[in-house]
Amino acid sequence: MSDPDRTPATHDIGGLSRFRCTPVEHDESPPDAFGKRVDALRQLLAAKRLMTVDELRRGIESIPEDEYFALTYYERWLRSITALMLEKGVVTEEELRG
Amino acid sequence: MSDDAAPRFSPGDRVQVRDDWPERRGPCHIRTPHYLRGRTGTVERVLGAFPNPEDLAFARPAPRRVLYHVLFDQPPLWREGEPGDQVLVEIFEHWLEPAAAPAKEAA
Amino acid sequence: MSPPPRPDSIAGLERLIAALKAKGIVTEEELAARQAQTDKASPETGARMVARAWVDPAYRALLLRDGTAAAEAMGVSMAGAPPLGVLEDTPTRHHVIVCTLCSCYPRAVLGYPPPWYKSFAYRARVVREPRAVLAEWGTVLPPGVEVRVVDSTADYRWMVLPLRPAGTEGWSEGRLAALVTRDVLVGVALPQPPVAAAAE
Repeated sequence: MSDPDRTPATHDIGGLSRFRCTPVEHDESPPDAFGKRVDALRQLLAAKRLMTVDELRRGIESIPEDEYFALTYYERWLRSITALMLEKGVVTEEELRG
Repeated sequence: MSDDAAPRFSPGDRVQVRDDWPERRGPCHIRTPHYLRGRTGTVERVLGAFPNPEDLAFARPAPRRVLYHVLFDQPPLWREGEPGDQVLVEIFEHWLEPAAAPAKEAA
Repeated sequence: MSPPPRPDSIAGLERLIAALKAKGIVTEEELAARQAQTDKASPETGARMVARAWVDPAYRALLLRDGTAAAEAMGVSMAGAPPLGVLEDTPTRHHVIVCTLCSCYPRAVLGYPPPWYKSFAYRARVVREPRAVLAEWGTVLPPGVEVRVVDSTADYRWMVLPLRPAGTEGWSEGRLAALVTRDVLVGVALPQPPVAAAAE
């Protein structure tokens, strides 16, 4: 890997120069209704032992780079939770087509 | 807890983070940030033993591993920064090797 | 401000929840109860812990030794929560917390992480240029104070025990707690001394 600023994993962003000149936006807002619902669903599925936080992270980390940076925080969570529920056969693609 | 192996390192020990890049070999989940691979630090405290997240992430049986708080000088990581500033990071034992005496990394 | 979720994300969430409900895996009541419980956590808890530690040496010792027990001593249920660690600022050392890999945050005692904590800019920058990031909060450390950036990568969640500001002698816990904001507990800000002391 010749480019020292390309980390080998999308989410592993400590020190990346590409954010060097991006001020930290001091957004203090609580999650919106969608975010709170995704958050509650994740907790519930973890409590029911259908997924772990480590699996959630692995799912988030496997989101392709362009989408990782384009999706909102809780959209990344939803993407991971949905993939995990499919992977584990808890739900099927057909059921999600609804 | 009593079944956990005794910690290999103690506070004050110099340790080197393995210069390993499993994410380049295939799907994995690791909690050791890229910027510490191959770096030398000092064990600050032993935090206890926790199931290995590298296994938990794939729903595999996860043996417990000892977790340490390891302290690194910040300027050498980035070749910039204020002397004396430091970075303190949780690192699992299987990512750490004993390191040579501190003089090596001065500067 | 972070943009709103896309309509297809909202629809996707509802389809997933509907499928889980149809299988009897979750109910709307359970979701509502979880959310209500999560909404209750707030930085006021962390602030009360800090204020107590400022006036009570025994509690301070407990807080630094076992943050989880110290939270429980304040009536917080830590069952199922990751262990809480508390790091003590000194006259020569200041801590600031980040999670460069995701967004680990002591939610049990601080509530939902704010969007800035989860932002790419904060995660990427604070381990490399902590003083520049702190300056964006108007936080400039006195000379001789070293920064310890705490990258929260694994099983613990971390909170800062800041220095008690001068000029607060004799203050009640409640009055002290009001100085301790969420930004202070993460370490991007310092508790502001009372106006009289600041004006000297």
